[in-house]
Amino acid sequence: MNPKIFASIAVVITGLVLLYGVSDFPTFGDPRSPANSGVEGGAPSTSLYYINESYSATKVPNLVTSVLADYRSYDTMFETVVVFAAGMAIFAILRCVGKDDGAVVAPQRKSSIDGDHNRIIVGMTCRLAVPVVQIFALYVIAHGHYSPGGGFQGGVMLGASFILIALAGNLEDALSRLSERSYMALAALGILIYAGFGVLPQVLGKNFLDYGALQKILLTDGPEMARSHSMLGVEIGVALTVMSIMFAIFANLSSRGTLKGGL
Amino acid sequence: MVEFFLNTVKPHFNFWVYVILMMVGLWSLIAKNNLIKKMMGLAIFQTAIILFYVSLGVKDGATIPVLEHYGDYAEKAEPAGPDASKPASKPASKPAPNPASMPAPAASNPADAFANPVPHVLMLTAIVVGVATLGVALALCEMIFKEFDTLEEDELLRKIKALHDDA
Repeated sequence: MNPKIFASIAVVITGLVLLYGVSDFPTFGDPRSPANSGVEGGAPSTSLYYINESYSATKVPNLVTSVLADYRSYDTMFETVVVFAAGMAIFAILRCVGKDDGAVVAPQRKSSIDGDHNRIIVGMTCRLAVPVVQIFALYVIAHGHYSPGGGFQGGVMLGASFILIALAGNLEDALSRLSERSYMALAALGILIYAGFGVLPQVLGKNFLDYGALQKILLTDGPEMARSHSMLGVEIGVALTVMSIMFAIFANLSSRGTLKGGL
Repeated sequence: MVEFFLNTVKPHFNFWVYVILMMVGLWSLIAKNNLIKKMMGLAIFQTAIILFYVSLGVKDGATIPVLEHYGDYAEKAEPAGPDASKPASKPASKPAPNPASMPAPAASNPADAFANPVPHVLMLTAIVVGVATLGVALALCEMIFKEFDTLEEDELLRKIKALHDDA
């Protein structure tokens, strides 16, 4: 059978089955839906607990941050490890260290965002934009407690700023600012920071990632502020890993693992 | 037709959109021949799932799950709020930007002032991990292209079969 006909039949059947089930779902925006307030007569939804209790337990107004970095911290830690592992996988697949077989190397280009008169507009715009992007990314990381933002978003923005340099000039430009050695080290350091915030409470006799125990080290007024500050530390770790891996993915993919020339 | 849209599609339009997007993604995963197009289908599929989760957390008339934003709303709605510094303790009366369109029981539960944060948390990490895994898939495609000079599935199968026949 023609694979397209087979695909159409499979897709239409799947879609119809799903659409048949849609009528049993709660209506859009219903605050009484099971996901938003729990099953009738059963336990209330976890989200109600987060909305009502998490501010007094963590002093973090952004509920997404407090749930992400405290209540579901174990999950977030291993999500970061997944990002790290993806970076390592790309490194293992593409990076041909040492052996340079010539066929895949893109032609060496002299153009650079530093003092190349052929691309002065692109170069200058990029050099003006990158610091602003990076400062905004740091703001997104640091202000993740009080506004939408956090480690993942800020880390992707930081990575994008280095990718912008690589796109506007060439890959060597970006690598001279963030070398392979340093982004690999930063990616591992991010995981280490996160795991460190997990192990420190264990050293103090509490559970893994139980930030409240850190009030003895951070010298805060109570376990709530210790949780808040620890979340910032954890977000910084996430941001370092995500930034490094995003840039590593781009650098390896755009140059087929040679880290020369780029797009 | 119009009645069908108003009665069946409109109250659940988020689920309809997610099912249709998912069908598009699934179709290109199965039917497309090019590996890059298959990965685009996978990305569309993932977007559909993300849309599904995020739309589950929507509440009518609720604001983003950041408590201090609620404080701003409340001060505008009722000036001289005495305990504006403690947003968690006071969402008793809801701000009403458009009272006519809001469901009546919304004010009874203070948690109704904020969107459900849990789907946002789940999808936040899923997006970043999705980008990272897409990078791995692209890297694999790059190596496949380097080895076989093609990304078309049928040509790949033919070339792999030829390799086995030679051996």
